[in-house]
Amino acid sequence: MAGSDTAAPAVPAPDAVKILIAGGFGVGKTTMVGSVSEIAPLRTEEPLTAAGLDVDDLDGIEDKKATTVALDFGRITIGDDLVLYLFGTPGQQRFWFMWNDLALGALGAVVLVDVRRPRTSFAAIDFFERRGIPFVVGVNGFHGEHPYPPEEIREALSLPADVPVLLCDARERASCRDVLIALVDRRIAAAGRVP
Amino acid sequence: MRPFTLTGGRTRPSRADFTLITTVTAVDPPPEHGPRPQPEQTRILRLCARPVVVAELAAHLDLPVSVVVILLCDLLEAGRITVRQPRPVSGSPDPNLLQKVRDGLGRL
Ligand SMILES: Nc1nc2c(ncn2[C@@H]2O[C@H](COP(=O)(O)OP(=O)(O)O)[C@@H](O)[C@H]2O)c(=O)[nH]1
Ligand SMILES: [Mg+2]
Repeated sequence: MAGSDTAAPAVPAPDAVKILIAGGFGVGKTTMVGSVSEIAPLRTEEPLTAAGLDVDDLDGIEDKKATTVALDFGRITIGDDLVLYLFGTPGQQRFWFMWNDLALGALGAVVLVDVRRPRTSFAAIDFFERRGIPFVVGVNGFHGEHPYPPEEIREALSLPADVPVLLCDARERASCRDVLIALVDRRIAAAGRVP
Repeated sequence: MRPFTLTGGRTRPSRADFTLITTVTAVDPPPEHGPRPQPEQTRILRLCARPVVVAELAAHLDLPVSVVVILLCDLLEAGRITVRQPRPVSGSPDPNLLQKVRDGLGRL
């Protein structure tokens, strides 16, 4: 898409790439974004109508006042010429129409799993699997506890062998960094296999 | 030198020109002719005196991305901003780009 760029500005704009932080409601997505971002997580509110959904479509949903979907994101400056953005995906399933847009042009995704209720992230895993979007699974051990080894979680979520499963703590920067690195390493390994 | 094309020959900018991480920069000095920007557009121009992505603009303006994008379309058409699209990363992306991200994360 570089070809559609406009005239070069005086200050060259850095390249931008993004990674999605996905998973069920309350698994620690916003917490993770905040742990690694160099800025306090930013937030935008998108009206559901603008996002292609009529308020009428919300019939049957209890909280009709929730006519916007919030998106929070953070930033990691990699260098003068490269910035990485992390987008926390809206958790509720009814906001999934936004995921397609979000996923477009992403390096990949981290699917966070709450170790106490892993199946709430199953739908997110399914989403990335179906679309062939590279992802890793971060098992957020609330209270820093990890009662299950990664292999047990892999089995519980029927994850293929090539999807890395990492135990993590969404509140710890180093822990979140390692999950992100696992995702990029997965991309690097895959790129190495392509001639 | 990266491949750039001038706004001059382009068709009318559409919303598709702006993703969440499309980088926007105000043209400085601004073009001499053309309509005076509206207050919201002036705010945008101030915020993108240095390069900034669409999502950050929306967050700072406290406006939905969909609204910001419409304002940006007009600014692009008026020649008051330049845009830089995100690096394509699907399929087999530039290995140097991946390594750079990897190294940057390692420094965190
Ligand atoms: N004890 C503990 N609390 C956490 C952890 N991660 C997130 N939380 C809390 O769990 C709640 C939901 O987290 P949040 O990041 O908002 O989840 P999101 O819905 O996925 O964005 C918040 O109150 C967090 O402070 C964790 O690792 N340990
Ligand atoms: Mg959240």
